Amino acid sequence: MALVGLIILVPMFLCALFAPFISLHDPVEPDLRNILTSPSFSHPFGTDTLGRDVFSRVVYGSRISLLVGFVSVGIATLIGIMIGAVSGYYGGIIDELIMRFVDLVMCFPTFFLILAVIALLEPSIWNIMIVIGLTNWMGIARLIRAEILSIKNKEFVLAAKAQGFSEYRIIFKHVLPNALSPVYVVATLGIGGAILTESALSFLGIGVQPPTPSWGNILTQAKDNIEVAWWLSLYPGLAIFLTVMGYNLFGEGLRDIFDPRRRYQLR
Amino acid sequence: MGKMLSVSELRKVYEVKKTAFSLKKDRIKAVDGVSFELESGKTIGIVGESGSGKSTLARCILLLEEPDEGTITFSGNDLLHMGKHELKRLRKDMQIIFQDPYSSLNPRRKVFDTIAEPLLFHNIIKKKHVKEKVIEIFKKVGLDEDFLDKYPHEMSGGQRQRIAIGRALATNPSLLIADEPVSSLDVSIQAQIVNLFMDIKESTNISMLFVSHDLNIVRFISDEIMVMYSGKVLEMGEKDEVFYRPLHPYTEMLIDSIKGELFKKAKVDTFDFNDGCVYYPRCNSREPICSKEMPHLTGEKEHMVACFLST
Repeated sequence: MALVGLIILVPMFLCALFAPFISLHDPVEPDLRNILTSPSFSHPFGTDTLGRDVFSRVVYGSRISLLVGFVSVGIATLIGIMIGAVSGYYGGIIDELIMRFVDLVMCFPTFFLILAVIALLEPSIWNIMIVIGLTNWMGIARLIRAEILSIKNKEFVLAAKAQGFSEYRIIFKHVLPNALSPVYVVATLGIGGAILTESALSFLGIGVQPPTPSWGNILTQAKDNIEVAWWLSLYPGLAIFLTVMGYNLFGEGLRDIFDPRRRYQLR
Repeated sequence: MGKMLSVSELRKVYEVKKTAFSLKKDRIKAVDGVSFELESGKTIGIVGESGSGKSTLARCILLLEEPDEGTITFSGNDLLHMGKHELKRLRKDMQIIFQDPYSSLNPRRKVFDTIAEPLLFHNIIKKKHVKEKVIEIFKKVGLDEDFLDKYPHEMSGGQRQRIAIGRALATNPSLLIADEPVSSLDVSIQAQIVNLFMDIKESTNISMLFVSHDLNIVRFISDEIMVMYSGKVLEMGEKDEVFYRPLHPYTEMLIDSIKGELFKKAKVDTFDFNDGCVYYPRCNSREPICSKEMPHLTGEKEHMVACFLST
């Protein structure tokens, strides 16, 4: 399963990395003589309302999606791991306070929170990544906390305590590494989610601003022309679908790879 | 021959709610006023059925559980009243081996790292010499070098328990607490591990607390035997004294059980009662006085018992 995910994702990465070499045209250069032409040899995915090459825009859009996916999930995971680890390991009143705070944050409808924040701040790609990151750490925090609760009473952690190791060492060398495998899975799935959120925001016009191409804002144009230019909706939509699918499959596969016991069974 | 460890009036009470909604908490006395002394180089075997507080006692002594009352003195240091840093330094001198070698080893670390970690952390050995030292420890616990790079899940229960023993011995502790170290192993492996403990005992001057529910193993390995029931010590003394001249009905029952005569006598009365001897509900030879108060542990140091009927 991880392999299928990789087969989808590796070309995506290459696309993002080598976008200038792969794209046939400048993604932001209008060509008013070729407006809304259907897919052809020189424009494999057709052109949009300003005559820009959709293929090049989709290729460049993959950069935005990957960036948003990784950075925002990175932020969310880091915050989640730290808060979850403190909560789970120390327990007691600290745990209670942190978990009630998590409940509180979870009660906000995430998407409207993002809308509100973006309305106040500039709608730039960096703001989007930070906001998506700051609104998605709760699940990971809860996951890490639950894992740590079950691990911290295992005998190997008691043995580490009996050895007189420092708390820092016990948390980072013995408890956390054993708590992380579900996080890899959730974080990978989260990348797919973050890409979807970014696309949705861009679609609504408060995400990545044109002319910078993003899969979401290509779709915005597409919706006005869906009756005449099907290619404008199909290709960016397909890109989003495949990427998210790729991350989901890869996430499922990761679970098997990162769990040493399961790896052993497979061998 | 000095005192390695002396424990007095140790108590640990757990408060448990019966259901999620009950307001009243039940108090479970896991360890209820236990006192004993362990001389250096000696082994005390602690026997008792599951739930008798043996493991809690073992964990309380190493402060892996916080005891509620009592004192623990380890080679002259009062463990309950000392600074965090001093305690951490002392920890390398007192080690524990757990029952289940499947959960007592970190599944993500190679067993080499598991044994090397305490050596490096306590600066016992320089990094460049650590491999030789680990191999030496491997040899001591009967494993060869092939195992260095293995993960715990690639090893059998007996091999894992050897690693756990190696880890505990790595820092050359003067006190070793073995909490049911063979109970989760196959009978054939049990004998090997018990023999390993005997070797360790003979080749070093280590003091041991050997917790087990198997009187046979305890008799084999210990110098003294302590019988626990419901958090209390019922009988304690020299190994042969306790084994050949048991004074407490519970000890008699345990000894009968390894001879296979258990089922003739076993009484399973468990009714609620508060005062009196903890063993009263199951005792075969109980008298009216037994339901009034808990007898104290009395007698000479060689053989003490807490029973009205045998004093």
